[in-house]
Amino acid sequence: MREKELEKLKDYKYGFSTDIESFKAPKGLSEEVIKFISKIKREPQWLLEWRMKAFERLKVLKEPNWQKPKYPKIDYQDLYYYSAPKSFKDKPKNLDELDPKLLETYKKLGIPLQEQKRLNNIAVDAVFDSVSVATTFKEKLTEKGIIFCSISEAVQKHPELVKKYLGTVIPLTDHFFATLNSAVFTDGSFVYIPPNVKCPMELSTYFRINASDTGQFERTLIIADKGSYVSYLEGCTAPMRDENQLHAANVELIALDDAEIKYSTVQNWYPGDKDGKGGIYNFVTKRGLCKGNNSKISWTQVETGSAITWKYPSCILKGDNSIGEFYSIAITNNHQKADTGTKMIHLGKNTKSKIISKGISAGFSDMTYRGLVDISPKALNSNNYTQCDSLLMGNKCGAHTVPYIKNKNSESNIAHEATTSKISEEQLHYCQQRGLNSEEAVGLIVNGFCKEVLQQLPMEFAVEAQKLVGISLEGSVG
Amino acid sequence: MENQLKNDFKKIVKTSGFSKKDIDIKKIYLNEFIKKGFPNKKLENWKFSDINQIIKKNIGDLDFYNDYSFPNKIDSSIFVNGLEHNKIVFINGRIEKIEFNYEDENKIEILDQMELKDKNNFENSLIDLNNAFTNKYYKIVVKEDYGLKKPLIIYHTTKENLHLKNINLRLDFLLKKNSSLRLIDISNDLSEKNFINTIYNFELNQDSILKNYKIDQKTNSNIKYSFNNIDQDINSVSETFVLSCGSNFIKNEINCNLNGKYSSAFINGIFSLNEKRHHEIRTSINHLIDNTKSYQLVKSVLDNDSKSVYQGKIFVNSDAQKTDGYQLSKAILLSENAEFNAKPELEIYADDVKCSHGSASGSLNQDSIFYLMSRGLNYKQAKELLINGFLLDVVEKITDSQIRNLIKNLIGVKE
Repeated sequence: MREKELEKLKDYKYGFSTDIESFKAPKGLSEEVIKFISKIKREPQWLLEWRMKAFERLKVLKEPNWQKPKYPKIDYQDLYYYSAPKSFKDKPKNLDELDPKLLETYKKLGIPLQEQKRLNNIAVDAVFDSVSVATTFKEKLTEKGIIFCSISEAVQKHPELVKKYLGTVIPLTDHFFATLNSAVFTDGSFVYIPPNVKCPMELSTYFRINASDTGQFERTLIIADKGSYVSYLEGCTAPMRDENQLHAANVELIALDDAEIKYSTVQNWYPGDKDGKGGIYNFVTKRGLCKGNNSKISWTQVETGSAITWKYPSCILKGDNSIGEFYSIAITNNHQKADTGTKMIHLGKNTKSKIISKGISAGFSDMTYRGLVDISPKALNSNNYTQCDSLLMGNKCGAHTVPYIKNKNSESNIAHEATTSKISEEQLHYCQQRGLNSEEAVGLIVNGFCKEVLQQLPMEFAVEAQKLVGISLEGSVG
Repeated sequence: MENQLKNDFKKIVKTSGFSKKDIDIKKIYLNEFIKKGFPNKKLENWKFSDINQIIKKNIGDLDFYNDYSFPNKIDSSIFVNGLEHNKIVFINGRIEKIEFNYEDENKIEILDQMELKDKNNFENSLIDLNNAFTNKYYKIVVKEDYGLKKPLIIYHTTKENLHLKNINLRLDFLLKKNSSLRLIDISNDLSEKNFINTIYNFELNQDSILKNYKIDQKTNSNIKYSFNNIDQDINSVSETFVLSCGSNFIKNEINCNLNGKYSSAFINGIFSLNEKRHHEIRTSINHLIDNTKSYQLVKSVLDNDSKSVYQGKIFVNSDAQKTDGYQLSKAILLSENAEFNAKPELEIYADDVKCSHGSASGSLNQDSIFYLMSRGLNYKQAKELLINGFLLDVVEKITDSQIRNLIKNLIGVKE
């Protein structure tokens, strides 16, 4: 039995689950559950009212169904909307009070939470099921005036900031999953960078789903005030379970004048087994608003996990001269499905956007790039460049490109290119001739194919992502 | 609208003399259309052009019944000079003339019996509408090993007396083994505010060649929809060229199924629009078997408040290895209110394929204008020269030299 488990873990090394007692809200979605979440988080009245508004709206909204990967209907009454380790009922004051089992979990995941192990210069906020368990390097950041904490803490300590910005990029009236998140979101990260501060280290959140039958609904809010800079990383894993689990997060980024936000994701949720059983439904809404002039938002994503990935990190380029960038690698293998891409909405003058998307599909998987470039009549002198390349391995998989291009302005330029191909025999032959086996050769070629995007990732992540690209494609050749 | 449809349908049944069986089939289509109505932008294929709204705004209530009992007088001045050709003349939706003077009578067959299929495999309510209300349609068969000596020109003429009507036309073509046909559609509208719905079905047998040129140049305020379905067998070639300028709104849809090995499809288009015109081309090329090829090139020049839309889709089935698919759309926006929308789509299930698409839109290149002006041209001349060159690229793709010259003269493109 044990051996069998180990065998399974070979494919997805984060697939273990932590045996920890958890404390859950009653099953199902109802007013009571929302009140329960709000109460347990000791939230102010305005936030509860905000959640209720979202819940009201949710009643009339319908689940969208235009996406390419179809999935069986989700029973929203059969989910737990709040789950926390039992020891968290009274929040521990410092790491010493933290359940050792939790620390162990994060150690296994390679995320050092304990003080002495924080050698690499990354501040981490770890989210376990529905709650944030620890945030590291807090003091050092506080010195610079940077606020980096869980969103529940931010609601308590910095309500004015949360109230001012929450829901300004993804409004309550948005689509189904975003509104669902607004109603039941449990935790997530909050970042505020004060004016003219360059954040000295990478900020990072690590998400982990542990309990079964739970959905994870975290909410991240990042505000970069005038002239500031922040680079933010996000990583995620989940245990292997046979049922599908829902992950519907909202991420809002706000960049004021001259500010820059760089948001990188390495998504490695459990993708389901070889026959497509289990895995996470990753239905995430990510949106950035370049509110001020000369601001910049850059999304980088490496999507290798999840049974279904369905997300479009977007940029609203409202300020003049603002810049939006989107770099993406999406890899699907076995029965994984992905429908991902971006939206670039040009509203301000002289705005620029760049989209580089690399899709690789193998096995029985299906991959879609879906993107929108919309240049409004007022966005004079705007530019967009889009490149999306797909690589297919085998004839059981699919690769699709669905770009929507809207140019309503004669002084703006849009260029779009897309290609679909397979790894050529010549390239493989060349590599193998030099002594690589076919798997190594494919790995090398794929890494070259992805290089443009991998270069955008911060150092530590780039190495991890490169490895992940290799692992995700294992067994797809030959 | 429902009552109007039902009443008009009754009138047609009364006057046309359809058989009982046909009426029953037509009723199915009618009910289907009543259920779905005109397409609106909630449907993915109509995302950029909500024809329901466009008809409401520009026409209002449509009359679906036309009296086809009296012939119309043919005005021969509309015929193209200097090009010997066969003719089919439609006036106000009624077929007035079918003339194949230059061809071998035994090699061309014109069938006029209805053969409606009661199986509807399209999710397109306008096809239902067409099937329910077409008066009479013909099937033109080109027999084995025969290539038409002269092109066939189909004149779509409407007269001033036609107003707020819906006209439905349909023609079927069967090109038997090793045959060829050159087909030109020329529309000539004197009428205003009508909705004209045209459907062509082409069946291309082995080694046959179809060249179809659609010319919509004369300024008019009609709303048009045209659907071409092309089924291609082994080694057949289809070439479609669309010149889209004159009508208030027109959407050309081309659905091409490459069923036979080594078959190929070429689609080229020019939008040259001004004022408030809104034109669209939607193509869908289905590569269903290995070793097939498709090539698409669409260019737009947009002035004033005009809008052009290009939705092109290349579908590659998992059996269709060695597919070669290419798609390029380019647009020049001359005015700040002009709009270009594109959705170049690839849906690919086979790995050994070469598929790419490109789309670019923007203003005239200022450096090029500067270059030309520094050589003595004025701004207007420089602009015209650049647009000329931009469009010439597409016109040169026309493989038939006679027709290429005809179209060059029509839009005033010089070499």
